Amino acid sequence: MTSRLQALWGWFDSRMPSAAEQWRIHAAEYYAPKNFNFWYFFGSLALLVLVIQIVSGIFLTMNYKPDAALAFGSVEYIMRDVPGGWILRYIHSTGASAFFIVVYLHMFRAMLYGSYREPRELVWLFGVLIYLTLMGEAFFGYLLPWGQMSYWGAQVIVNLFGTIPFIGPDLALWVRGDYVVSDATLNRFFALHVIALPLVLLGLVVAHLLALHDVGSNNPDGVEIKKLKGPDGHPLDGIPFHPYYTVKDIVGAVVFLAIFAFVMFFVPEMGGYFLENNNFIPADPLKTPTHIAPVWYFTPFYSILRAVPPLFNSQFPGVLAMGVAVVILFFLPWLDRSPVKSIRYRGGLYKGWLAAFVVVFVLLGYLGVKPTTVWGQFGFEAFFLDTRDVATWVARLCTIVYFLFFILMPWYTARDKVKPVPDRVTP
Amino acid sequence: MKRLLFLMMLAPVLAWGAEAGYPLDRSPHEPTDLVSLQSGARLFVNYCLGCHSAQYMRYSRLTEIGLTEQQIRDNLLFTGEKVGDMMKVPMGAQAKQWFGVAPPDLSVVARSRGADWLYTYLRTFYRDPKTATGWNNAVFENVGMPHALWSLQGERGYDPEKNQWTQITKGALSQVEYDMAVRDLVNFLVYVGEPAAIKRKTIGIVVLLVLGVLFILTYLLKKEFWKDVK
Repeated sequence: MTSRLQALWGWFDSRMPSAAEQWRIHAAEYYAPKNFNFWYFFGSLALLVLVIQIVSGIFLTMNYKPDAALAFGSVEYIMRDVPGGWILRYIHSTGASAFFIVVYLHMFRAMLYGSYREPRELVWLFGVLIYLTLMGEAFFGYLLPWGQMSYWGAQVIVNLFGTIPFIGPDLALWVRGDYVVSDATLNRFFALHVIALPLVLLGLVVAHLLALHDVGSNNPDGVEIKKLKGPDGHPLDGIPFHPYYTVKDIVGAVVFLAIFAFVMFFVPEMGGYFLENNNFIPADPLKTPTHIAPVWYFTPFYSILRAVPPLFNSQFPGVLAMGVAVVILFFLPWLDRSPVKSIRYRGGLYKGWLAAFVVVFVLLGYLGVKPTTVWGQFGFEAFFLDTRDVATWVARLCTIVYFLFFILMPWYTARDKVKPVPDRVTP
Repeated sequence: MKRLLFLMMLAPVLAWGAEAGYPLDRSPHEPTDLVSLQSGARLFVNYCLGCHSAQYMRYSRLTEIGLTEQQIRDNLLFTGEKVGDMMKVPMGAQAKQWFGVAPPDLSVVARSRGADWLYTYLRTFYRDPKTATGWNNAVFENVGMPHALWSLQGERGYDPEKNQWTQITKGALSQVEYDMAVRDLVNFLVYVGEPAAIKRKTIGIVVLLVLGVLFILTYLLKKEFWKDVK
């Protein structure tokens, strides 16, 4: 019996890339540094969330109706009449926010340890592309429940494209397929959300992993483990990904799933951040909500958009700033001129700038969910005060720091006092 | 540094809340109290369902709050609906003429407004000769809806400037009884907003327990493998 199975296995293996060979390259003999810490869980967790979203999404699609008249009701139908439907829906809505939490932490890890630096620039570029695609995926998906926030959020974002000089209005019309967000928009967003972008996402994830496994993983010390190899030809500080990191990542996955399950089963709305209260009101094109805020994961960029004052009555400068705020991430590998990779061996300058970056990113995110009046107004008038909202001015300051972090990076990373990097990783 | 970062991440959560307007009372509803839910269902069918639908909710689902199908048929169905029907209302276009706005569907109102808002709103109607219906509300100013529960609460007057309430005529219930009735109604609306909520937490506990056991096993497995990594 076994020989028959082996023969069958061999039949396949001799007719396509050997599965055993792939397993060897990407798991059993993929040597990863042995000093991965907490921050290294988020890559595999992002992959886990991707699978969770695809599987729960497939089942939601079976009962969802991409029709302006039926969409809101079909979501409630899933929540009530589809057996287990509410579980699927909460998995998917919690998964959306979880995806961004995990991805933000994953990206922050790269910034901590310089994982975007040579020779891993492509890994980083594919990663930023994944992040961009994920933003699109989340944006298109958010319209589908067809609640007030879905509708007006989409309206606002699509109108942003309308501010682009010359082509803007036509572009917005082309995206919507109508003069306002409507049934036509819902249908195309559905198509983009359930098939187009997931395909792109999967392709990019494969590219991200292939590039990573070709150059090898970075580590908290930023040491290239491939430089020092043992007599067996394997890196001295490397251990096979399988079984060491598979068993470790499984522990991480279980902890992650426990937090995920806690949110899903006990606080699925997460105080209005994961599922917004206003989105339980069906979309009404005639009634604009008083306060439109995107979901929390977009709010840092939304804050930047709001912070930049309009020019010649056009919001385009804000839109441009928001776009650049995302695109600038692509340039990170070439902006960083430090002789060392990891924050462990960098000096105070970089640490200070990174801390400031984290503070302004979180602050911008917070301000983005609030109206600009959240911190009141200045009590005086002045010619340079186009608005007296304190929060807007704080957001402007944060926006400047956000961009300075990147723009000044070549300067402060080059003149930073660094510590000597050891040859081997530290425990 | 790490602790500071963590605290900063919590800042948005801490700052949640604090909005202007009439202060909301905390709703004392208890989602596991079946008697309260049943009383709320009766109030809902008698006082709300005349104008408001709960079109995503089936009558038959009320077996979850301890009613039998026969009880639902005898006590909650008045106009020949079947027990498997959705909670819809025949009145549609007329209502818009009467009140200026169509009465919204209440299936998920507890999720958009929140229980505290509903609990306060339903207890703060007052007589106001300046409005079309003769009623106004302290939480929802110039609301189109008249006080549907006025026969229970009685008519009340309110001075927004002094924030003073006066009882004009007596209702069928005392103030305490009325608060309890509204609590039941809000309880029911919260249930209707998400009928799965009752099961949700029970399942959640089981899932967390299973994951807890899994954590111990996977952690031990990891420790065993990592013994030889030096």
